[in-house]
Amino acid sequence: MTTDNPTKAKQEAWYEIVLRVLKSNDVSLITYVPDKVLAPLIKALHADPYFTVIAPAREEEAIGIIAGSYMAGLRGITLMQTSGFATLANVLASLAVPFQIPVLMMISERGTLGEFQVGQAIVCRTMRPVLDTLGIENYAIERLNDVEFIVDSMIKQAFATQAPAAMILSPLLTKRSV
Amino acid sequence: MTNLTRPFSARENTLIMNRFDLTKRLVSKLHAKEAVIGGIGNNNFDLWANGQRPENFYMLGSMGLTIPIAFGVALAQPERRVFALEGDGSLLMQLGALGTVARSSIKNLTMIIFDNGMYQITGKQPTLTNSCVDLVSIAQGSGITQSYWAKDEAHFEQLIDEALTKDGPHFIATRIDDKTPVASTDRDPVKIRLGFMQALSLHP
Repeated sequence: MTTDNPTKAKQEAWYEIVLRVLKSNDVSLITYVPDKVLAPLIKALHADPYFTVIAPAREEEAIGIIAGSYMAGLRGITLMQTSGFATLANVLASLAVPFQIPVLMMISERGTLGEFQVGQAIVCRTMRPVLDTLGIENYAIERLNDVEFIVDSMIKQAFATQAPAAMILSPLLTKRSV
Repeated sequence: MTNLTRPFSARENTLIMNRFDLTKRLVSKLHAKEAVIGGIGNNNFDLWANGQRPENFYMLGSMGLTIPIAFGVALAQPERRVFALEGDGSLLMQLGALGTVARSSIKNLTMIIFDNGMYQITGKQPTLTNSCVDLVSIAQGSGITQSYWAKDEAHFEQLIDEALTKDGPHFIATRIDDKTPVASTDRDPVKIRLGFMQALSLHP
């Protein structure tokens, strides 16, 4: 369903672009722990029979499932919120990074640009230092026009280099009205 | 904290067996390139000691994730049977995974639990199963209906035969002793992953 029509591409919402790019990269297994910002993406993924969608109890479990599926030939991605990412340092340091498994993560960024919950604001500050300390490629998506390029190229690089990757959905993309 | 009792379960009536011996009995029945995910520490050490099948994956950390990793493998390759070997302490860290497995109705996944009621590798400190927690009751309560304590070695073999012929998910719990593992796994993560992936690229 990839379109070459730029005017049509501009009409897509960020989550519609993400869904299309996941498909074009053969990423069909989705594991997630829900988040309000991710809700429209989760709904669209559940509605599309191309995807196998699993909702485990914890983010660690979600990462374990896609790590296993990758080794058996099925590409997956884990969707989560900032606070959920904060539970992942051990699994990334002991599974994804040393075994060189291209674990894809899409993280809805809470805790900045208008956060009302102090715990979210504090834990948010641990995300980039953990990603950088572990040497994990990470990039924040801030504008609708960047969604396709960043998601597509980060997925391709992750599989080409056998390395995990974190795509961060900034409030600039998901909360700002136009 | 007195009088810690657990609800009646078959755990009390099971023989205390040995991890290396049970792993040997399992491996001897695997003839269709079944994948085996060995949980951290002693669980994968005794798997390693039973012959380094290429379809074995040895975890080097990520305590509690044996079942999720095995579940991912099973999802990706529905035609291959997949076994997760997990300890009591590790499973207690990720109990939600049992519900995830149950809800998926995955047919080709078997979970084997080696329960010695202790964190053996760190100095034999007691786990929760040493007092009041029953892992088969938890598995059943999570929705895995085919969850059993293996009463003895013969019963264990019978449960493995069922897991190899009937649809899962299967949950087989064993009580084991505190004997040290027979060997220890070579710790080269990339070599482990590449060997496992090469083996899984071949049809079962």
